[in-house]
Amino acid sequence: MSEYILLRHRDIPDLDRLKVYLKNGGFEAWKKVVTSMEPAELIQLAKDSGLRGRGGAGFPTGMKWSFVPNNLWPHYVVANADESEPGTFKDREIMESNPFQFLEGLMIASYAVQAQNSYAYLRGEFWQIGLKLNQKIAELEKAGFLGDNLFDTKYSLRLHVHMGAGAYICGEETALLESIEGKLGQPRLRPPFPAVAGLYASPTVINNVETLTNLPPIVQNGATWFREHGTEKSPGVKVFSLSGCVNKPGNYELPLGTPFRKLIYELGGGIPEGRAIKAIMAAGASSALISATEAALDTPMDYESVANLGASLGSASVIVLDESVSMSWLAQKTTHFFKHESCGKCTPCREGTYWMAHILDRIEDGGASAKDVDLLFTVARQMQNKCLCALGEFSTQPVVSSLEKFRSDFLARVDGQTR
Amino acid sequence: MNELLAKYPTEIKAILAKYPPEFKRSAVMPLLHLAQGDPGYITPQAMQDIAEICGISITEVGSIVGFYTLYYDKPLGRYHIQVCTDMPCALRGADKFLKELCERLGVKVGEPTADGLFVIEEVMCLAACHRAPMFQVHGDGDLVYHEHQTVDTALAVLDALRQKAAVAEEGKE
Repeated sequence: MSEYILLRHRDIPDLDRLKVYLKNGGFEAWKKVVTSMEPAELIQLAKDSGLRGRGGAGFPTGMKWSFVPNNLWPHYVVANADESEPGTFKDREIMESNPFQFLEGLMIASYAVQAQNSYAYLRGEFWQIGLKLNQKIAELEKAGFLGDNLFDTKYSLRLHVHMGAGAYICGEETALLESIEGKLGQPRLRPPFPAVAGLYASPTVINNVETLTNLPPIVQNGATWFREHGTEKSPGVKVFSLSGCVNKPGNYELPLGTPFRKLIYELGGGIPEGRAIKAIMAAGASSALISATEAALDTPMDYESVANLGASLGSASVIVLDESVSMSWLAQKTTHFFKHESCGKCTPCREGTYWMAHILDRIEDGGASAKDVDLLFTVARQMQNKCLCALGEFSTQPVVSSLEKFRSDFLARVDGQTR
Repeated sequence: MNELLAKYPTEIKAILAKYPPEFKRSAVMPLLHLAQGDPGYITPQAMQDIAEICGISITEVGSIVGFYTLYYDKPLGRYHIQVCTDMPCALRGADKFLKELCERLGVKVGEPTADGLFVIEEVMCLAACHRAPMFQVHGDGDLVYHEHQTVDTALAVLDALRQKAAVAEEGKE
């Protein structure tokens, strides 16, 4: 038995071996859905559980599945395993150490929309994980959990791993679909949404790795059990990736609604060398900065409460920033990331990230004036609500929020002042 | 004659089987990974072969190579030593690690070592923020993470690769 729901490998050695996974209840949920549940029943169960997408948007999973029309076929399910947000490393641990629970979740989601071919899209850097998943899928085919006429029913399913090749934008779901189709990973215009016209213009569900990994225990234990964890609007547990200025960085599985303070100080061991905390990024590099006030530290980490702080929980990638960190430096780092990862399709993002990076370099090099700080703010604000996908918007979040909350960090660099 | 198809008939058949037969273009990325494994970069001939297999133009294959950072269209170091210096890694000393690693090797970022074996590169987030400084080694058709690194442990990793390459060279002779 394990106290964990997702990171069960931490209590159960060798959970990545099929024999061990089966001994611990593995694929019982899978057998149950295929042999005894109607797809509609399964969709209702996901809705009742209140499970929300763990990739960042927090969209209700059951509702996402229900958008898939039953008069257009075939259907596809794609697992988004392109985990590339700076500060995020949870899906990697799940796939490395508890791969069968993830695959079982992908299989359950496939059954819910009656997909017969589903894909796991892994970022290219997860090469070793890709090799491992391919082995696991072969084992499942051999064991009769994947293939034709499963458990002597009419349902057949095959899983395929598709490796990316280094592009953050492919975590954006429509860019991801383009990438599987063998094209440049650039986002599509919406509508149509993937639920109607996704992979190969067919109805497609795209779910994050952690979202899928929640499904086997939900099927086994029911919606009421799931709702015993977390909050009313954000039920369940979440894997929080903790990094930055903290003594014990790593993944922590906690109920949604756990306060920041508990994660950072109790579990994360606090700030190195007893320095004071300055700010928190709750959603990786694309976060709006949260000033680390006492009230903020006591805020429950769930979708609604973090939104009330003017930020977003996103994929729960909590980066801690202490008093030694200059927010001007931080904005330069995040902006260079987004400039590099901008796919170049839409002008506000392509040009905006370029110019923000240019101005931030000038500020950090000590060659800027106070006017440049204002200019940076203007450029970032001009980009907002104008980009084709979320990447452009993400790039502005750390810039605008750091200028609003820590402007003095920028002004300390202008007019020839150096560090 | 399609050289790639002649070299990897089984692998290519398995790749194509993953996608619907009318969407062969989907195979372009796995084929590029396959083709890159041996020479360490995508040759013009491989682009031509892949274009043929997928039923697209060589220009389209080239644009994919250009878009994704893990494909290389030039031979530049057998092993790409890719250090993440993104913000969370930088907060754990990744910038300093990269600078010192380059100094000890006597190279600049993006410049191959004298023996042509290594090129040190600065890359974006690799989902290992809690174990920085870290880097990945991309080469010989493989990609391996090295985490919790110091400059000394990194140089030991490079030494081991150097020996592996030397043994492989002897094997060829």
